[in-house]
Amino acid sequence: MTAERSDKEQSVEMELGETAAIKLPRPASLESAGGVMVRLRPYYEGLIHFLLFICASISVLVTVGIVVVLLFESVQFFFDVSIIEFLTGTRWTPLLKPQHFGILPLMCGTMLVAGGSAIVAVPIGLGTAIYLSEYASPRFRDIVKPFLEILAGIPSVVYGYLAIVFVSPIIRYIFPSAGVFNAASACIVVGIMILPMIISLSEDILQAVPLSLRGAAFALGANKFEVTVRVVVPAALSGIIASFLLAVSRAIGETMAVTLAAGATPKLTLNPLESIQTMTAYIVQVSQGDTPTGTVEYRTIFAVGLMLFISTMAMNIIAQFILSRVGEQYE
Amino acid sequence: MSTNLDIYTTKRRGRITNFLFTSVCFLATITCVVLLFIMIWNIILHGKNWLSWDFLNSYQSRFPDKAGIKSALFGSIWLISLTALFSVPLGVGAAVYLEEYASKSRWRKLIQLNISNLAGVPSIVYGILGLALFVRALGFDRSVLSGALTLTLVVLPIIILASQEALRSVPDSIRRSAYALGATRWQTVWYQVLPASLPGIMTGVILSLSRALGEAAPLIAVGAMAYVPFVPESLSDEFTALPIQIFIWTARPQEDFHSLAAAGILVLLVVLVSMNAIAIFVRHKYGKKIRW
Repeated sequence: MTAERSDKEQSVEMELGETAAIKLPRPASLESAGGVMVRLRPYYEGLIHFLLFICASISVLVTVGIVVVLLFESVQFFFDVSIIEFLTGTRWTPLLKPQHFGILPLMCGTMLVAGGSAIVAVPIGLGTAIYLSEYASPRFRDIVKPFLEILAGIPSVVYGYLAIVFVSPIIRYIFPSAGVFNAASACIVVGIMILPMIISLSEDILQAVPLSLRGAAFALGANKFEVTVRVVVPAALSGIIASFLLAVSRAIGETMAVTLAAGATPKLTLNPLESIQTMTAYIVQVSQGDTPTGTVEYRTIFAVGLMLFISTMAMNIIAQFILSRVGEQYE
Repeated sequence: MSTNLDIYTTKRRGRITNFLFTSVCFLATITCVVLLFIMIWNIILHGKNWLSWDFLNSYQSRFPDKAGIKSALFGSIWLISLTALFSVPLGVGAAVYLEEYASKSRWRKLIQLNISNLAGVPSIVYGILGLALFVRALGFDRSVLSGALTLTLVVLPIIILASQEALRSVPDSIRRSAYALGATRWQTVWYQVLPASLPGIMTGVILSLSRALGEAAPLIAVGAMAYVPFVPESLSDEFTALPIQIFIWTARPQEDFHSLAAAGILVLLVVLVSMNAIAIFVRHKYGKKIRW
């Protein structure tokens, strides 16, 4: 180890000796204390810079990895199943004979849950965000905020449990025709799940509306309700919509709660009382079984994953584009 | 006279709408808190009778009375330690690069945009990537290592974003002072900026790891086992985890297994809440010490 190091030192010294035009006398204390370190410093710094660069590049590699893996397996899948059948077929039975590979039922299930959860979460979330941002006293906010943080930290599988044990029986009590597994219970728990996200994002956006706008509206004789509904919310509208988009994209990607609550019957229906299957739930279903690698059944999860990735990514990019504009419009 | 009356009625109507609107918004806020309490109360009600030392210390079983979460608990501990080991250096390193090293170039913008997008990718997609990459291509099989690497991918963007926030909160005067004293860039980062941002970074790391602890979907995709009657002893052992165990018990039709699931959830929530409490403690205790 030491021999290696001294070799390195010497080579560095020679390099320095050859290239340095003027050799400044080095203070003796520095020479004895950390002279070697001082001379090696640029290389050491360079090495650190390089390592940190690698760390940051890994995130790009991950994205590339996701795209490559999903595309690679999906393309092989589309050799076996025509892309037109995949996108327009209305039956999804890859694990049963006769096999059908139409993704529409899964898409429909996903959209049903995403839409239903938005219907649950948007009014409550927006109301809470408005109250916390415009009406609540700082003390009340300090009390409520930690509860919302806890709500945000509850794992998705816990919501799945609550859907089956708590929400589904209530729904079946109100609508006796509903099955044990139904889309409605999934919508409700996923709605609760995305609530904290809508609240915290929308509240930030509402807080970003400059006080001068509110002051001007008050000066014109508007009351608090008018200021909030006619001035503050419209000013923040684009950002609020972006927060809804992010929340819905989260609902689309939500897996465990939906798998447990909504069942495993891919169906082209908009009736929330029926059992359905989402794209994410299908991936879990296949992963749990012993599907051999390289078969069409195995590749379906990559094709479904690709659709999932594309739809969430599109919504995220649109939302981020809107959010990046939010700050500019007040300037 | 009539105009006066109009003003009064509009004024009164305005007051009523104002009051109604405020109440509705207030009700929405209370609903969130009440929902949280109802959910937790429901879980405690179902799970409390099943919590016992035996529950923590026995393996899975077909019989609810004998079933426990030992293998799941140890699996989760393995996963979370390995995930922390992989994701913290990588995540903090990436954040340091983006905040302290990278010039404001297009490359930096691209990485930044990419990270925010990765944070929004559903965790099951990471599971599929883990399945193709770690389980199949690299041949790690359905091991603890595959699971931990997949979870690392899930939490990496969150750790990077949180660490960046923490680094950004360190004022530039600190960096300039260090440079003025002759410190190199890395010396500035290592001796000044990182210690100053440590409370923020730690808060972010703890919260991300608590997210990883609750994740089940990516682990199921990489093939975590349903029935594991042993504790993992090496990186290549098969594993199960607490959220997976909860999932399996919930998916069963029998009431008793639901109660077991509730007991498992209680254990999980206690761990998560303590992690959150530690994060809040770190933020308050050490965050306030530093004054610029």
